Amino acid sequence: MTENAIEAHGLVKRYGDKRALDGVDLDVARGAVCALLGPNGAGKTTAVRVLTTLTAPDAGTATVAGHDIARDPVSVRRSLGLAAQDATVDGLLTGHENLTMIGELHHLGRKVARARADELLEQFSLIDARDKLARDFSGGMRRRLDLAATLVARPEILFLDEPTTGLDPRARNDLWDVLDQLVAQGSTILLTTQYLEEADRLADDIVVVDHGRVIARGDSRALKRQVGGDQLHVVVADRADLDAVAEIVERIARTAPTVDAGARSVSAPAEGGVAAIAELAHALTEAEIRVEDLGLSQPTLDDAFLTLTGAPAPAPAPSDVETQTETVEQTR
Amino acid sequence: MSNTFLSDTWVIARRGLKHMRRQPEALSDATIQPVMFVLLFAFVFGGAIAVPGGGSYKEFLMGGIFAQTIVFGAFGVAMSLSADRNNGAIDRFHSLPIPRASVLAGHSVANLIRALLPIAFMSATGFVVGWRIHSGFLDILGAYGLMLGFSFAIIWIGVLLGSLVSTPEAVQGVAFIAIFPITFIASTFVPTSTLPGVLKTIAEWNPTSSLANSLRHLFGNPGGIAPPGSVWPIAHPIAYTLIWAVAIVVVCAPLAVLQYQRSIKS
Repeated sequence: MTENAIEAHGLVKRYGDKRALDGVDLDVARGAVCALLGPNGAGKTTAVRVLTTLTAPDAGTATVAGHDIARDPVSVRRSLGLAAQDATVDGLLTGHENLTMIGELHHLGRKVARARADELLEQFSLIDARDKLARDFSGGMRRRLDLAATLVARPEILFLDEPTTGLDPRARNDLWDVLDQLVAQGSTILLTTQYLEEADRLADDIVVVDHGRVIARGDSRALKRQVGGDQLHVVVADRADLDAVAEIVERIARTAPTVDAGARSVSAPAEGGVAAIAELAHALTEAEIRVEDLGLSQPTLDDAFLTLTGAPAPAPAPSDVETQTETVEQTR
Repeated sequence: MSNTFLSDTWVIARRGLKHMRRQPEALSDATIQPVMFVLLFAFVFGGAIAVPGGGSYKEFLMGGIFAQTIVFGAFGVAMSLSADRNNGAIDRFHSLPIPRASVLAGHSVANLIRALLPIAFMSATGFVVGWRIHSGFLDILGAYGLMLGFSFAIIWIGVLLGSLVSTPEAVQGVAFIAIFPITFIASTFVPTSTLPGVLKTIAEWNPTSSLANSLRHLFGNPGGIAPPGSVWPIAHPIAYTLIWAVAIVVVCAPLAVLQYQRSIKS
C-alpha cells in the first residue's frame, strides 16, 4: 500500500502530434485536496481521464487508492467517483433514477441504491427535484446531481473536472460550500480548474500545468513567492517626478524598477519587506516628492499564473463556455 | 467481474427502455412510420398494384413492411449509441466498476426489445386493415422468430454505424441516404418480377426481399410461393435470410465491438 491516494510517474499521452501529457508526476496525499490549475488545453482533462482509467497512457505509471491503473482498473474504478467536465447526468432519467442507476452499477443492490439516492438528494438539496427529469434541471442543479452521483458508492477519491465551469456566481458559491463539506469529511479530491480563485479557495495543494507539463506546485502562498514576493509600489502626484522616484526605488530595491508612466507608478520587488518601505518613505520625504500612494503589495495568483505560464490568466467568468473546447478536442 | 455482466447489462438496458418511453418522437420510426406505410400502401397505392398469381395486396404488403421496419431498426441503435458517445454517458459508465462490454450489451438488449414494438404495432394495424394469417401455429412462430433473429443481426449493423459516425445527426443523414435503396429496391411493396433488368437482379438478391418473402411464405400470404425458375434467393427465401443474419452477426459484431472500442479509446 502506498501512502498517497494518487501517485503518478512520468505520464505521457499523445493525440497525434500533440502531447497532451508530457511526463506528468503527481502525488496527492490521502485526505488532501489538490487542484490542477491551467489554461485550456493544458492537459488537465487528459490527466483526469488517464487516472480514472478512461484512457490509457502511452507511457508512465500511476496508482489510485493503491491500485495500479493499468493492472487493476476495476479496483481503481471501485474506489473513485468522477464528475466529468460537462455534468454527464442522464437528462431522460429523473434525479432519483440517475442516482439509483449509478448505485446499481456499483452493485449496491436495488434497495440500498434507492435509499442511498434519497439520502444524497436530501444532502444536495435536490429532494424537490427527485422525480423531475434531469433535462429540466438548472445548470447548478445538474452539477449538484452530478456531484451526488460521484458520491453514491462513498468513494475514497473524487475526481472533479472543472466542477464549476458554466455556473453563475451564485451556483458556483453553492457548489463551493458543498465541496467544503466534502473536504471537511476527509475526502481526497483531485479537481481541475482554470480559476485561480477556485484553486486558492478549495485546494491545499495547487499543481500548475501547461502544455502537458507540471510547471509549478505548492500552496497559493508558495506559488506567489515563486513570482518574486512582495512589491514596492509608489504612485506619484506629478509625472515629472517619475525619473527621480525610479532612481530612489532602484537604490533601495537594488534592481531596475518597472515604471508605468500612464499610472504614474513605479514598482520593484522588495527584498527587505517592511524595512524597505520605511527606507523608501524616508527617501521620498527627503527628496520632497509628492506621493499619492505608497505601499507593499503581494502579487496575486493571477500574477503567478501569468509569470508561470507566460499567458494571461483567464478572467474568472464562470459562465464562459469556451472551456468546453478542451474536452471536445481531447475526447475525439 | 464477469459475474456482474448480466445484471449490469440489464441495468443499462432498463435505462435505454426508459429513454425510449420518454422520447416518443424518437420512437416514431418504430411506431407511427410503419403504421403510416401500411395505411398509405394499403389504401393509396394498393389499388394500382397487382399481385402476380392473385391475392390481396394488403396481405402481400405486410411481409414487406415488417421487413422494411426491421431493417430500419439499425438506425435506432446507431442513434442512441452515438448520442451516448457525445453526451458523456459512455464515460460515466466506463468510470464505474462494471465490465465495459455490458454498456454495449445493454444497448443491444434495449434495442432488441424496442424492435418488438413496431412488430406488435404493425401486426395490429395489419389486422385492422384486413391482413390475415393463413398458416399453422409453427409457421407463425417461425415467422415471428425470424423477425426477432433478423432484428438481432441488424442491431450489430447499428452498433457499427453508431461507432463509426460521430453525431446522431450524421446517423440520420446516413439513414436517409441508405434506407431508400435498401428497402425500396426489393420486394417490399412490389413483386420483384415487375422490376426492370438490373433493379430486378438487385432486388432478388437483396435480403430485405428474402425476409419479406419468407414472412409471406410463413404467414401463407400472397407472394410467399416463388414462381418456378426463380433465382436461388427467391426460391429459398428462409435459408437465404438465415445465411444473411448469420453473416451479418459474424462480420459486423466483431467489427462493431472493435470500432466501438476505438471510438471510446481517446
